[in-house]
Amino acid sequence: MARMKFICDAERCIECNGCVTACKAEHEVPWGVNRRRVVTMGDGQPGERSISVACMHCSDAPCMAVCPVDCFYRTDEGVVLHDKDICIGCGYCSYACPFGAPQFPTNGTFGLRGKMDKCTFCAGGPEANGSHEEFEKYGSNRLAEGKLPACAEMCSTKALLGGDGDVVADIFRTRVLNRGKGSEVWGWGTAYGKPGGAAKTGAGQS
Amino acid sequence: MNAPLVRGRIAVRAVLAAVLAGLAACGDAPQEGAKAPKKADAKAWDGGPSPAFRAEGWTAGDRASWEQQLRQRGQQQNEYQRTQ
Repeated sequence: MARMKFICDAERCIECNGCVTACKAEHEVPWGVNRRRVVTMGDGQPGERSISVACMHCSDAPCMAVCPVDCFYRTDEGVVLHDKDICIGCGYCSYACPFGAPQFPTNGTFGLRGKMDKCTFCAGGPEANGSHEEFEKYGSNRLAEGKLPACAEMCSTKALLGGDGDVVADIFRTRVLNRGKGSEVWGWGTAYGKPGGAAKTGAGQS
Repeated sequence: MNAPLVRGRIAVRAVLAAVLAGLAACGDAPQEGAKAPKKADAKAWDGGPSPAFRAEGWTAGDRASWEQQLRQRGQQQNEYQRTQ
């Protein structure tokens, strides 16, 4: 099997935040911690784009490289996970991550920084698969149930794809080849038709 | 008192003190920082304890069937295949 990967199709994401909600509900993520979030570029401008961002489970993860207590590990499927019993909540991983994936629960009067929390690709943590301890610390372990991450499976427009890297890449490639690129995808001509012609409709659109 | 005897005792005591001082570090406890033990994670294809939430179509403990299950499930995200 290839590595587990996420990819978000900016042409399809409609900023519904369904992925964020699915993640929070699936793992009972505490208030203030967002393992996944939707980022919009050019908000309100013509051609704005949104993408759903979480831990990308990097092949050469910078968080793993900078962690002073070496709490990270990588599974056979390429999912980057961490052990909260070892994490000291220093925040180095947060500075190192280019996606802002590591989150730190804050609570109390002085906003104490707790142990790091991040997307687990719905693969839990080092506790026993499907155990209460695993759920309390890392959320549910869907991979051990033969399922894919809740965010990707719940995406209404299938903008967010998750799973085996080969499968995900294949789906995305097929999609891009079908819909074309550039002004074919978005623009006046696509929406209202070109001068003297009708708007594009039918199976070629995605 | 015999002066050479006194000097001899002093010399013996000095030698003993030096030996003890030299060996003092030998009783020191090691101070290297102990690395926190990393727990070994169970394999995802081993499945959870309860089959209640397990997706159908694969056998817990069988890696090949688990991988096949995830590939098939991944294809459910492919509407070009779903609409055929």
